[in-house]
Amino acid sequence: MSSRRGLWSDARRRLRRDRAARTALVLLAVMALAALIAPVFSPWSYDTLDWQHLARPPGTAAAHWLGTDRLGRDLLVRTLYGVRLSLVLAILASAVSLLIGVLWGAVAGLAGGRIDGAMMRFVDVLYSLPYLFVVIILTTLFTRGSLIVLALALAAVGWLTTARIVRTQTLALKRREFLEAARALGVPPHAILLRHIVPNVLGPVAVYATLIVPQMILFESFLSFLGLGVQEPQASLGNLIFAGAQEMESAPWMLLVPAVALVLLLLSLNLLGDGLRDAFDPRER
Amino acid sequence: MLKLALRRVAALIPTLLIIVTVSFAIIRLAPGGPFDEEQGASPAVRANLERVYGLDQPLPVQYLRYLRGLARGDFGPSLRQRDFTVSELIGRGLPLSATLGLCAIALALITGIPSGIAAALWRSPRADVAIAAIGALGVALPSFVIGPLLALVFGVHLRWLPVAGWEAGAPRYLVLPVLTLALPLAAALSRLTRASLLEVLRAPFVRSARARGLGEARVLWHHALRPALLPVASYLGPAIAFVVTGSLVVEAVFGLPGTGRYLVQGAIDRDYPLVMGMVIVYGALTLLLNLLADLACGWLDPGTWHE
Repeated sequence: MSSRRGLWSDARRRLRRDRAARTALVLLAVMALAALIAPVFSPWSYDTLDWQHLARPPGTAAAHWLGTDRLGRDLLVRTLYGVRLSLVLAILASAVSLLIGVLWGAVAGLAGGRIDGAMMRFVDVLYSLPYLFVVIILTTLFTRGSLIVLALALAAVGWLTTARIVRTQTLALKRREFLEAARALGVPPHAILLRHIVPNVLGPVAVYATLIVPQMILFESFLSFLGLGVQEPQASLGNLIFAGAQEMESAPWMLLVPAVALVLLLLSLNLLGDGLRDAFDPRER
Repeated sequence: MLKLALRRVAALIPTLLIIVTVSFAIIRLAPGGPFDEEQGASPAVRANLERVYGLDQPLPVQYLRYLRGLARGDFGPSLRQRDFTVSELIGRGLPLSATLGLCAIALALITGIPSGIAAALWRSPRADVAIAAIGALGVALPSFVIGPLLALVFGVHLRWLPVAGWEAGAPRYLVLPVLTLALPLAAALSRLTRASLLEVLRAPFVRSARARGLGEARVLWHHALRPALLPVASYLGPAIAFVVTGSLVVEAVFGLPGTGRYLVQGAIDRDYPLVMGMVIVYGALTLLLNLLADLACGWLDPGTWHE
């Protein structure tokens, strides 16, 4: 049983010392917890219309801590729902794209030769397409508003970089002795793939995973902003910001609340990702 | 090197062909057609419309017809805006979108790289923290957040600049959009330049240049700058992709009549030639600009050509 203690415990130690990453982790945990639990404590649900308090600024109306929107819906609850939706979609899309990317890259790296060439050529061509175009086309064509389709469309562009990273790692691993030994022992290729290659490429992939989640949140917000992602009355940070931007001259809090939420979310995810990357590869700094 | 460049340009065409084919397949496979929203169209009328536009032919035939049109430079008619061909529509919007994109890239380069150099040279712990903070914000503030925020500050409160819209020949309408698009890019470029320059300045060849008695300025300009800019040049590729896609959102936020809205609206309307035209134009543009960025890399460090 190979001892991987060296890399992981070192990384953990470095991560613990990184103050920015620690703050980011705490912030992220707070936001995620709030998004999951807090709506229970509020008397409002995300689509309840409070006719008494239309477009009220934060703190002025009963139990509407962050104000209401044009239709009288509580902004705090909607923003929290938006955070929840964005996180869930992003994690789902990231998981799918990581799965596809790791398998694709590992197979390409292991197979080598022309299969590898063909598979990576495919990746290169897809890479040259502006990703947003593909996502826009996919989401407008196949049922607007379906969250599963949205997640799949997001994943469809995310797997490319993962595939590239994994392939490079696989190529490096291929020359290591333990793989030669496995092959000499007659271990079948699929077992080599699953039992030896995949666990060893997970390091860089894990780091990339923390950076891909904010990217997915960004894509999804782009799409919702353009009207293609999450549809009303469901709340996503993207369409909340869109609605807020329209009311910006008379009700700036409608823009600022979801915008701040989005920025905090992205910031903490990115800082955490940076911290993880520095922890695994301190040469970067 | 010229031969290599020409070979790269020639390789663009098969890639473009694949893009065309894949897009064609995806769009056609989607449910719904361009004439579903026609008011009061009986099936006979709809069938007639499809016949006129050649949509009743089998898909491979339509594909070949489209390719033949492309070879002539004809992108086909717009199925929704019936008075215009796709070329006319894209031609109308492209100058504005191109201006927006180019100005944004230029602004980002002019502000990002020098500030990165300055940050690398002026080493103070407080500056380091500030730079890191700006860099982190640059990643976390997407253009559709910066845009409305800038419009709020400069358009609504200060009333210095128009909030949205466009008037031909009035560049003040472009200030906020260009700023919105350029800011994240400038932040990223600045961070990249600073990190790269710092690393190059630590290299042995810089140390030996200094040991030979060369002045600091000469060391910087003649020796350190070129290799330091290499990662920046290779970042230009993704940067261009960012500008292309970001311009879609910026045009939506500020209501600019560029080509961005054609893609979204075209896909919703199932206006096949329009969407295909947009994909081809933007795809070709991205490929071409990426090639230019690669050439810039090669000029900065010819070693990268022998991969």
